[in-house]
Amino acid sequence: MRDSKPILLLEDDTVDAMTVKRALKDLNITNPLVRTGNGEEGLAYLRDENNARPCVILLDLNMPKMNGIEFLRVVKADDKLKRIPAIVLTTSKDDQDRVQTFQLNVAGFIVKPVDYMKFVDAMKIVNLYWTLSELPNSDQETANAKLETDSACRG
Amino acid sequence: MRSPNPILLVEDDVVDASTVKQALEDLRVKNPVIHKTDGEEAIEYLREQGIQLPALILLDLNMPKISGVELLQMLKADTLLQRIPVVVLTVSKYEQDKVDTFDLGVAGYVIKAVDYDAFLRAMDIIIQYWGYNGLIEKERVNEHARL
Repeated sequence: MRDSKPILLLEDDTVDAMTVKRALKDLNITNPLVRTGNGEEGLAYLRDENNARPCVILLDLNMPKMNGIEFLRVVKADDKLKRIPAIVLTTSKDDQDRVQTFQLNVAGFIVKPVDYMKFVDAMKIVNLYWTLSELPNSDQETANAKLETDSACRG
Repeated sequence: MRSPNPILLVEDDVVDASTVKQALEDLRVKNPVIHKTDGEEAIEYLREQGIQLPALILLDLNMPKISGVELLQMLKADTLLQRIPVVVLTVSKYEQDKVDTFDLGVAGYVIKAVDYDAFLRAMDIIIQYWGYNGLIEKERVNEHARL
């Protein structure tokens, strides 16, 4: 990845989470991996100011408590969090999921190959792409959000 | 067989546009390329009835009439067009441009390399990534035919 911030993974399945971890290790990707098991936990991580903001979010869609789409709705409506690129990693080939998540501004929708080596190839390209792409500084509050708050206070 | 959805290139600079088209050709991308030279032309095209929606938009930022950021605002306010992933291709390294465009939900921000080989390598990564997203198709190369 372009910077050394953590990668936030939202994945309820332990085996799938281990597979992602192993692939990142095999690709010598040194960003710390923070794994949470559902949208609610992912949101709690993001909203805890003691935690480093991730460079990217990798998320599964089918999760208990708060699923991937519900999570995206909250994150993409939050001025402090919406600019963090979120990439869906799923086994779902459902076109409705693809359309709905792209409407929520995901930065990728990757159907996970079942074969491990093919999965590593896919993660390799994900890493190359998010190393090539610039990333916004997610630690600063948006100037726009500040302006809106200021004018709301004045009103 | 139906052809894959087009790539919409929004770029006012003629040389830069032909470089992108050349790279897509060199990478054997099957998706047709539609080129619009500013935000106004692009939004008019996208709002035409019955067009095949682009698979991906490659967007320059500094353009006359409607800038890249203004075009993004329009796209993201449109329930049909907001689903099209947008990748910014620019020379701008300004943090504010990155923040503004990621706040508007872009799916990548790539600074254009001046050197063609470096640019081609970058485009190759972009094309492979969106290929894994199921949006870009490449011609199958017949290795025997090339020998």
